[in-house]
Amino acid sequence: MLHTFSIGKLGRSLSSGEISSVELTRSFLARIERLNPSLNALITLTAEQALLAAAAADRRRAAGERGPLLGIPLIHKDIFCTDGVRTSCGSRMLDNFVAPYDATVVTRLKAAGAVMLGKANMDEFAMGSSNETSYYGPVKNPWDTSKVPGGSSGGSAAAAAARLAAFTTGTDTGGSIRQPAALTGVTGVKPTYGRVSRYGMIAFASSLDQAGVFARSAEDAAVVLQVMAGFDPRDSTSIDAPVPDYPAALGESLKGLKIGLLREFFDGLEARNAALIHDALKIYRNLGAETVEVSLPHLPLSVPTYYVVAPAECSSNLSRFDGVRFGYRCENPTDLLDLYKRSRGEGFGAEVKRRIMTGTYVLSAGYFDAYYLKAQKVRRLITDDFRAAFEQVDLLIGPTTPTPAFAIGAKIDDPVTMYLNDIYTIGANLAGLPGLSLPCGFVEGLPMGLQLIGPHFSEAKLLNAAHLFQQATDWHDRSPRGYE
Amino acid sequence: MSLTRQDVEKIAHLARLSITEQEMPVYVTSLSSIVDFVDELSRAQIGNVEPMAHPLDGQHQRLRPDVVSESDNREKYQANAPAVQAGLYVVPRVIE
Repeated sequence: MLHTFSIGKLGRSLSSGEISSVELTRSFLARIERLNPSLNALITLTAEQALLAAAAADRRRAAGERGPLLGIPLIHKDIFCTDGVRTSCGSRMLDNFVAPYDATVVTRLKAAGAVMLGKANMDEFAMGSSNETSYYGPVKNPWDTSKVPGGSSGGSAAAAAARLAAFTTGTDTGGSIRQPAALTGVTGVKPTYGRVSRYGMIAFASSLDQAGVFARSAEDAAVVLQVMAGFDPRDSTSIDAPVPDYPAALGESLKGLKIGLLREFFDGLEARNAALIHDALKIYRNLGAETVEVSLPHLPLSVPTYYVVAPAECSSNLSRFDGVRFGYRCENPTDLLDLYKRSRGEGFGAEVKRRIMTGTYVLSAGYFDAYYLKAQKVRRLITDDFRAAFEQVDLLIGPTTPTPAFAIGAKIDDPVTMYLNDIYTIGANLAGLPGLSLPCGFVEGLPMGLQLIGPHFSEAKLLNAAHLFQQATDWHDRSPRGYE
Repeated sequence: MSLTRQDVEKIAHLARLSITEQEMPVYVTSLSSIVDFVDELSRAQIGNVEPMAHPLDGQHQRLRPDVVSESDNREKYQANAPAVQAGLYVVPRVIE
């Protein structure tokens, strides 16, 4: 049952010679072949390259090299450029795009010896909360394949939950790691803005995007984040600050840790869902933490703020897709304007076009002050609220999502209903704060997630708090039926 | 504060997006509901606050020495181009 092993246990099995990287890779590839058709979690499978990479990892190990990710299989969200491998971003616009370089995240994980099995399905250009906007079809939630896995990193989350790899990468702009992690019962980490390089990560909203990881546990996530994090001179928003030893920080007692319950998160939360969170809080109190109620009065404005800022930034970032230099080009363009309009009109899906147009509108003459400038001011108020809260508490806690996974097709027709799924996650992106979601129970057989948010660069504290919860519970060890 | 069809046509033009006749009513409806939704911001009492463009305060654009650090990879990068001739990107005639 290799696929149930933690990264640490896999490493030990590889080191002892019990299995080779090639055998481990074959075993995960076989799982993908058997289980992925019912999930549609992958857009591109890189079986041949994976076996070559695994063989290379075996040679490195034979030469005496050791490292926690050497020979460990992973799947990358299809938003990370991978040299020589199609990078579609879930869109028809890039269906024919073979990346000519590796994203820094990809380079770092490759250097550590991790083996890429393929590219994960995702909402188109990372815009969505259900993985239903992908050009390649929706991803199914392994806990109930009539339900969404969440989004935009739905493929990465579903693959992690179904154990199609030892871990997967994702990105989080408004909750796109934390929300699908919650809906699929895995641990998902969004680091502090600037902690992980965005070089080679196709941009959606440049002041919000951040790369992160899905894993079966905080312990595993810590190992991966250790490799992913760090200054990158090729990313002008990368922060030059030392990366702590995340795995070494695990196990520190939570005695005296002050955890803030966000009042705005509990207002209006359904009783069954609230009950799970309250049970989780009991566990934290037993572990020695103190819980305090805090309020972030401007937080209810975070969703409208985000849906001004993110579309504005996306309208700018996606202007590079013009049918000229790469990506989709329409047939028989009559003139340059027709080339631009139809390449973009045909290459992009509906949600992407909605967001580009929303962004264009809020940035346009006459509306810039009322919307975009206003949103930037509210962003500061929300950030200040968080800062004030962190003067009273060490971490913030609450649900990751208002409900468990909803049915495929249930919300896709009304954008605003879909947007409200991000109500608990967006604040952390606006303030650039690290956040993670960990499994905390089930409602009608579907997973629910507990969200932890910390001050800037507090990933070690967050991972530790999640890890200790996971030592006291076993939600994170559960597997969906049919994918055990 | 709903958007009209003319509004959507203007926005689509600015964004260089073709919207078919069939799609247009759907976009008018959905964009109107999105704009109505974010209009909540315009009703919020804000006062005198500095706008925030970056999530980390004090973050500024880093500079680097003005020294060549990249190599010429034109062929590799143009491999994805829809139409290339003599190292140039080919588009419909712009100048009549």
